[in-house]
Amino acid sequence: MGFFSKIKQAIGAGLEKTKRALATDVRDLFKKEGRDGRLVDDVFIDQLLEILIKTDMGVSAAKEITSEVKNRFRGRVVFMQDVLETVRAKLRELLKQEEVPVKMAAAGPTVIMVVGVNGSGKTTSIAKLAHRFQAEGKKVVLGAGDTFRAAAVEQLTIWANRLGVEIVTAKQGSDPASVAHTAVTKALADKADICIVDTAGRLQTQKSLMQELTKIHRIVNRLIPEAPHEVLLVLDATAGQSGISQARGFTEAVKCTGLVLAKLDGTAKGGVVVPIRQQVGLPVKFVGVGEKLADLEAFDSEAFTEALFEGLVEEREGAGAGQPAK
Amino acid sequence: MFEALQDKLNKAFRTLAGTARLTESNMREALAIVEQALLEADVGYKVVKDFMASVSAKALGEEVLKSLRPQEQVFAIVYRELVALMGPGDPSLHLRDFTKIMLCGLQGSGKTTTCAKLARMLAKSGRRPMMIAADLQRPAAIEQLIVLGQQIEVPVFADTAAKDPVELCQRGMQHAGLAGADVVLIDTAGRLHIDDELMTQLRRIDEKIEPHQCYLVVDGMTGQDAVNSAKAFNEALELDGVILTKLDGDQQGGAVLSVRAVTGVPVKFLGTGEHIQDLEPFNAEQMAGRILGQGDIAEIARRAMTEIDQDEMRRQQEDIAAGQFTLENFRDLLRQTKRLGSMSKIMSLIPGMGALKGMMGDADVDQDFGRLTGVIDSMTPQERRDPDLIDQSRRRRIAAGAGVEPHEVNDLVKQFDMIGSRMKQMMGLGMRDRMRAVQDLQKQMTSPGGLARQKVGTGKRLTSAEKARIKKDKEREMRRMRRKEREGS
Repeated sequence: MGFFSKIKQAIGAGLEKTKRALATDVRDLFKKEGRDGRLVDDVFIDQLLEILIKTDMGVSAAKEITSEVKNRFRGRVVFMQDVLETVRAKLRELLKQEEVPVKMAAAGPTVIMVVGVNGSGKTTSIAKLAHRFQAEGKKVVLGAGDTFRAAAVEQLTIWANRLGVEIVTAKQGSDPASVAHTAVTKALADKADICIVDTAGRLQTQKSLMQELTKIHRIVNRLIPEAPHEVLLVLDATAGQSGISQARGFTEAVKCTGLVLAKLDGTAKGGVVVPIRQQVGLPVKFVGVGEKLADLEAFDSEAFTEALFEGLVEEREGAGAGQPAK
Repeated sequence: MFEALQDKLNKAFRTLAGTARLTESNMREALAIVEQALLEADVGYKVVKDFMASVSAKALGEEVLKSLRPQEQVFAIVYRELVALMGPGDPSLHLRDFTKIMLCGLQGSGKTTTCAKLARMLAKSGRRPMMIAADLQRPAAIEQLIVLGQQIEVPVFADTAAKDPVELCQRGMQHAGLAGADVVLIDTAGRLHIDDELMTQLRRIDEKIEPHQCYLVVDGMTGQDAVNSAKAFNEALELDGVILTKLDGDQQGGAVLSVRAVTGVPVKFLGTGEHIQDLEPFNAEQMAGRILGQGDIAEIARRAMTEIDQDEMRRQQEDIAAGQFTLENFRDLLRQTKRLGSMSKIMSLIPGMGALKGMMGDADVDQDFGRLTGVIDSMTPQERRDPDLIDQSRRRRIAAGAGVEPHEVNDLVKQFDMIGSRMKQMMGLGMRDRMRAVQDLQKQMTSPGGLARQKVGTGKRLTSAEKARIKKDKEREMRRMRRKEREGS
C-alpha cells in the first residue's frame, strides 16, 4: 500500500461519519426517484444546500456549490453521480492548497508553537506531534507553556513521560514566555531537532492574552532568528463559523502558518476549513483522527475531498460489485 | 457574544426602516437577511427553517404590513419568536436536602471548569457542595478539579488509582454523606464523539447513582454538530438541562438558539469567561434582548448583587454622603466594579453600549482600569486624601512608581475631581431625582447608537440624511448578497 493511499485511508476512517452523513443525505435526495434520476428544481437545490450547510462549510461556500449545480443542471433530470461529480469538483477547487510540509530549520532545532482556543485539543495534538517526530527519529523537547489552566502542565508532563521526551515546566501562574525561553534554550543546548511550545487556551478576542502570545513569539524569535518555524492553530473539528474568527484573530497576533484540525473522528464535519481556506488562507497541515498517539495525519486536500465522497461513488459505479446497500 | 448576529439583524431591520411603505417584497428581502444571519451564526439548519417559517407567517400578515410602524412590529415578532424558541428557561437547580448533579459532554466542552463554576455558585448561595472527579480518562483531569476545588474552597472527592468511575461515584456519595455535603457534582469523562462506550459508562453511572439532575455541557463554538450531540445525549440520558460554555469573545453561539428546539430541554446556564465567576443563569427574554442589541441590565444587577461586598458598599455610600469622597474611595469603587467582571463585558450588557463599544475600537478599558488603580496605589495616604498636595516632584514619583507618564497622574486627578463632584451632587438628591440623573447619564452614553434611537420611538421622522444613510446601507447589503449569489454561479 502506497504512502498516499495510507493517508487516504486514515483520513477516510476519520471522516467515516462525515462521509456517511453526506452519503445518506445525498442518497435520500434521490431515493424517491428511483433509477430514473430526479429533476433539479428549487426544492432539490434547497435540500442540497441544507446538506452542505450541515457540514459547517458556511452559507457562502454552500451557496457557491449549489449555484454551480443550479447552472449546470437546472430543469434537467439528473443522476446522483452527476451532481456529486460537480459538488466534488467545486469543493476540491475551494479547498485547493499547495503541499505544505512542516518547515524545518536549516540547522539547529525547529521550533513549533501551538496555539488555540480553550479545549480545542492543543495538548493532545502536541503529544501526537511529538510522537510523530519521534517516529521519524528526531529528538523532541516540549515546553509546557500553559501555565494558566489548572493541571495543564501535569497533563503534558504525563504525555512526555509516556513518550519519553524531555519537557520544560514551570509552576502554574508563571510567565509562559519564560517557559518558552527555557524550552528553546534547552533544545539548543541538547541539540534537539524539534522544540514544541504549548500555550494556554485563549479566545481570540482577549486582547491582553493575544499580546501575551505575541510576546512568546518575540522571545522565541530572539533566541533563534527564524523561529518559531511553525505556528500551528489547533481547531476543533466541531467548530462552526467561529472557526473563521479564530483563524483571523490568532493569525493577526502570531502569524499562524497552518491548522491542525483536531477531533475529526466525531460526527463533526470539519467543513469550516473551507471558509478558513477561502477567507484567511491558512492551510490545514494535520488532522487528528482518533484518541491514540498515532492518530495524527498529514492533511491532503485531494484525499480529504476524495474521502468525503469515496463510498458514494464506488457504490454507484460498483452496482454490480456486490456493495451491500445498507 | 452575538455581535456578528446582532450586526446583521440590525441591518435587516434598518432596511425596513428606510422604506416609505412596506410591501411583501421588501419584507421578504429583510427576512432573507435574517435567515442568512442565523445560518452564519451556526444555528441549526432545521431550527432556522422552522423559525423563519413562523416569523414570516406573522410578519407577512396584513396587520403588520398595514400597521403604522411595521418595522417595530417585525422587530417585536422576531423578539417574541426568539423568546419562544429559547424559552421558557429554568435556571433553578431544583435543589433538595441532598442533590446529586451529573455533568456530561464531549471532550473539551468545558465540563471540569463548569463543574467548579457551579460549585462556587452553590457555595456562595450557602450550600455545601462537593465535587467528584470521575473523569478517569484525560490525563490530569483529576488534578485539574482538585486545584480548582482548592481555589474555590470546595472539597473534591478523587482517587487517582480508581479504575471504575461508577465505583468511584458510589464511594464519593458515601463520603459526601459523612462529610455533610448537600450537593454533589459529578465531573464525568468526555469523549471525542458520542460512542457506545461513553454512553454505556454514563448510563451505568446514571443507573447506579441516580442523579437528580443531569446536565449536558456544550461548547458554544460548536457548529451544526451541536444539534446532533445534544440529541444523542438526550436520548441516552434524559437530560434535565444544558449548559453552554465559552460564550465570551465573538463566538457565534448559535447553539444557544438550537438546543432547546431540538431537545426540548431548557438551557440552564451560560459560561461566559475564563474566570470562575463567569457563569450566568439563562433567561430567554434577556437573551433575546441581547441578541437584538437591547442589552441586559438584569444581568448587571445580578452580578452586582452577588459579587459586590454589600457592607463595603454601604460604608462607601456613607462616606460619600458625608462629603468625603477621596481617592481611596475612588480606588475601592474601581476595585468593586472590577469584580463584576471585565469592563468590556459589562459594557456589552448595557443597552446601547454595544454600539459604543464598537466605536471605541481598540481602547482597552480593562487595562485603563489597571493603570488607574496603579497610580492611586503609588500615592501616599496623605496624597490620596488630599490630591492638591501633589506637586511636580510628587507627580514624578507617583508616575515612576506606577509606570506611567506624569501627565497621566494629572489626568487621573482631574477625572477624580469630576466624578467626585458628580457623586456628591447625586448623593444630595432624592431617590427620584437620582434615578433621573442616572437616566440622563445613560442617555448621553447611548446617543451614538442607532438602535437606541429606534427603540425610543417618539414617532419623529427621519431626517433626509438619515434616510439616505439607511438607504445606502440597505443597497450595500443587497448588493453584497447579490454578489455572493453571482460569485457562486
